[in-house]
Amino acid sequence: MDKIVEARDEVTVRFAGDSGDGIQVAGTLFSDTSGIMGNEVNTFPDYPSEIRAPEGTLYGVSAFQIHFGSKNINTTGDFIDVLVAMNASSLKVNLGNLQQGGIIIANSEGFDAKNLSLAGYQDNPLLNGALKEYKLHQVDMAREIKTELAGQNIPPKILKKSKNLFALGMTYWIFDRPLEPTVKWINKKFKGQDDVILTNVKVLNAGWKYAAETPEFTKQYKIEKADLAPGRYRNITGNHAVALGLVAAARKARLPLFLGSYPITPATDILQDISGFKKYGVKHLQAEDEIAGMCSAIGAAYGGSLAATSTSGPGLSLKTEAIGLAIMIEVPVVIINVMRAGPSTGMPTKPEQSDLYHAMFGRHGDAPLPVLAASSATDCFAMTIEAARIAVKYMTPVILLTDGYIGQATEPWRIPDMKDLPDLQPSFVTNPEGFAPYMRNPETLARPWAIPGIQGLEHRVGGLEKEDVTGDVSQEPGNHQRMTELRRDKIERIALDIPQAVVEGEQNGDVLLLSWGSTYGAAKTAFDTLHRDGKNISFLNLKYLHPMPSNLESILNRFKKILIPEMNLGQLKMVIQAKYLVPVDGLHKVQGKPFKANEIENKLREML
Amino acid sequence: MKTIVDEIAGMAHVGEIKYVPADFKPDVDVRWCAGCGGYAVLSPVQRIMPDFGIPKEKIVFVSGIGCSGRFPYYMETYGFHSIHGRALPIATGLKISRPDLSVWVVTGDGDNMSIGGNHFIHACRRNIDINILMFNNEVYSLTKGQYSPTSHKGQVTKSSPLGVLDEPFNPISLALGAGATFAARAHDKDRQILQSLLERAARHKGIAFLEIYTNCRIFNDGAFDLYTSKETGADNTVWLEDGKPLVFGKNKDKGIRMDGFTPKPVSLTDGKYGINDLVVHNEKDSTLAFILANMSYNPDLPRPMGIFQAISKPSYDELVDLQIRHEVETKGEGTMEELLAGSTFWDVK
Repeated sequence: MDKIVEARDEVTVRFAGDSGDGIQVAGTLFSDTSGIMGNEVNTFPDYPSEIRAPEGTLYGVSAFQIHFGSKNINTTGDFIDVLVAMNASSLKVNLGNLQQGGIIIANSEGFDAKNLSLAGYQDNPLLNGALKEYKLHQVDMAREIKTELAGQNIPPKILKKSKNLFALGMTYWIFDRPLEPTVKWINKKFKGQDDVILTNVKVLNAGWKYAAETPEFTKQYKIEKADLAPGRYRNITGNHAVALGLVAAARKARLPLFLGSYPITPATDILQDISGFKKYGVKHLQAEDEIAGMCSAIGAAYGGSLAATSTSGPGLSLKTEAIGLAIMIEVPVVIINVMRAGPSTGMPTKPEQSDLYHAMFGRHGDAPLPVLAASSATDCFAMTIEAARIAVKYMTPVILLTDGYIGQATEPWRIPDMKDLPDLQPSFVTNPEGFAPYMRNPETLARPWAIPGIQGLEHRVGGLEKEDVTGDVSQEPGNHQRMTELRRDKIERIALDIPQAVVEGEQNGDVLLLSWGSTYGAAKTAFDTLHRDGKNISFLNLKYLHPMPSNLESILNRFKKILIPEMNLGQLKMVIQAKYLVPVDGLHKVQGKPFKANEIENKLREML
Repeated sequence: MKTIVDEIAGMAHVGEIKYVPADFKPDVDVRWCAGCGGYAVLSPVQRIMPDFGIPKEKIVFVSGIGCSGRFPYYMETYGFHSIHGRALPIATGLKISRPDLSVWVVTGDGDNMSIGGNHFIHACRRNIDINILMFNNEVYSLTKGQYSPTSHKGQVTKSSPLGVLDEPFNPISLALGAGATFAARAHDKDRQILQSLLERAARHKGIAFLEIYTNCRIFNDGAFDLYTSKETGADNTVWLEDGKPLVFGKNKDKGIRMDGFTPKPVSLTDGKYGINDLVVHNEKDSTLAFILANMSYNPDLPRPMGIFQAISKPSYDELVDLQIRHEVETKGEGTMEELLAGSTFWDVK
């Protein structure tokens, strides 16, 4: 039977299986290949907290979703078009998000009595007609691999581990993707193990061939290239982008980079990446705890490094006291908080935006600091450099908020030219003439960065209140008032040094959709849909949460209604209402999952 | 890439590096109580500093919270009075990023053994090149008299009116257990020995931990009299000297002999044992160091003082630099273009 080729402008594929099934690898390879083909791509790894949860269980399901297309792709996709389910549990967990009439590729071997019982199925959904609304393909992948590689002695371990590549091969056929990038990856990954390379390449091809030659696969989908700006691209996660952003910022500032961190999900990638950058002269310390991570960064900043620490919620709690010290001694530290569902241990692998209050207010004393938020994986790079720019220029710790979603999601990233990145200007003082540790730059109110090693600048700093200008310890009442106000004013002045907020759509009107952080993707998609429908709606994405852009108040006052969707119970909503005295509607999702665009769209339709 | 900090770290000192102790005394009043043991530490530190030939601008004193925390204000060098318990991780970040600096941490028994205990053991095991001076007064003084992790069992303080129930930490055993390459104990009444131990600590590459018994006149006066007074000190302490037998007592008439692995006090005058029967100290013998450290709270044994262990291992900060140098030598200095592009990239025309 001839195959039909159908053109689509966007598709969502989800690989799902046990956490040992190689799902994350298959997903990453699919997304790399799609990037190389020139598509826009947005991915989301969704895995359990358990490293190798008991096989076949519902809670052990690991998944990787890829949303790709020829148009602008800002989310990981609301509904799944193609679900690859390696076992019964992965079908059960993900079926609810499958598109009407969507495609299921089920590894039938994973639907035996044991797997069905673990998934809580009374009888086999592949056989009882329960899936008749969908296009179901049942494949016994292990058997097909064995048939394809008949005569070869494949160790059972390799057989089990290569099923993901068989599934990947099938999806490559369905979406007309080339195998070369994956073959290249296999060759690199298993360099020196020729038999493993050979087997894996054969299995990948076998998957492709199976789909091509099986009559039930009637349709191939063609997704044209997206309209991307010319340049060199790669796929990147938010966490990788942060790590690269730190190195780039240090280069632009001509400073050594130091990262003091403690492993914590979902921020650990940043520490791991930096630890591998030794040939770029980067130093790091895997500290004994989160507190030491922050304190070692303060020590390095005091010594003149571009210092950073990376963490997630519970770690931010532990760093809090030391952040206050960095505010008091006024040294630059970039604090990356990859937010996860809290409070306490919460849901470590699941994203949330619930640390905004903590970032803004979570310190004793009047202790303001700049708070920034990255809105996508690729934006993490630019915002990390921006955090470093502000930290160094204003001599202050800066918190950059990302989250477990954009931290681990990948997007194609147009690799920037170092020349196009902003120069960072550390304000080192080297001349002892007229030096005082707390003599401020009249424009920025920043104190000078006087690092050890400079003759004649020997002085003492610390957590005790300082006398204005001299930096001597002081408990004088008027001085404390003045210093507290100076520390506040220094941060508020940053509002004059950040981009103005930009409204998309009408500049005034009925409804302003206001997003921050990772809700940008779903909010932007919802806005685009409604705007295309001719609705009176406007959109603003906020990246600077403290201080906020100076034109924000006037913008907010130009709209009848404001909606803030956020993955918390209304934290930015509270801040905006308190600060600008405007009523705000909230849309709150705290399920450990990012918003779907249609959830925001539906809420907006109610409001319009 | 040469950074601005490399340039600053490489700046030559203008003029001859020739100091006198007074050069290290800033123009401020020292605000410790009269008779505080802190004074007994401050002045030898100021006295030995000129001997090292290190320019003042290369010296940093970092402290935590407690009476000891004031120390940096009293040194005319760079100084950082930080927060409770965190002097060590701050100093660690500083030393890793600035190996050209001489980094000192001044701390106390509360700061270092309690709130900062975790940082202490990890600094020891990393063997970072930092000198730790721990003022041990066996009490919390700045909060006015509560018991500390080194207070002895039964000690009556404001927060233990019926006596302390916890066993105290033995700081030297803790340091050795955590892998400290240099661990020593001194007290504030013998300034000459204190000064020589400060010098040894300062010259040690890697972590150097010096516990100093410092009397608190106000909240724990006389806590160390048994070990420090003219009348009782010699009979109740034994000074460890490398290569020398462990002899103690006012008349040098007693010694420490090993009975298996158990140190036993013996008389050198009753004819049973002579000097050759005594254990001979060896600073490089870690097993012996543990045994000697564990003599500390044994009421039947004199309190050992001096250098328990001084062994040589590469310091953490050295290893960090070595690893970077090795990477650069074997793989070449990385370029930003290469780093940003990663391993899989493609071009869009």
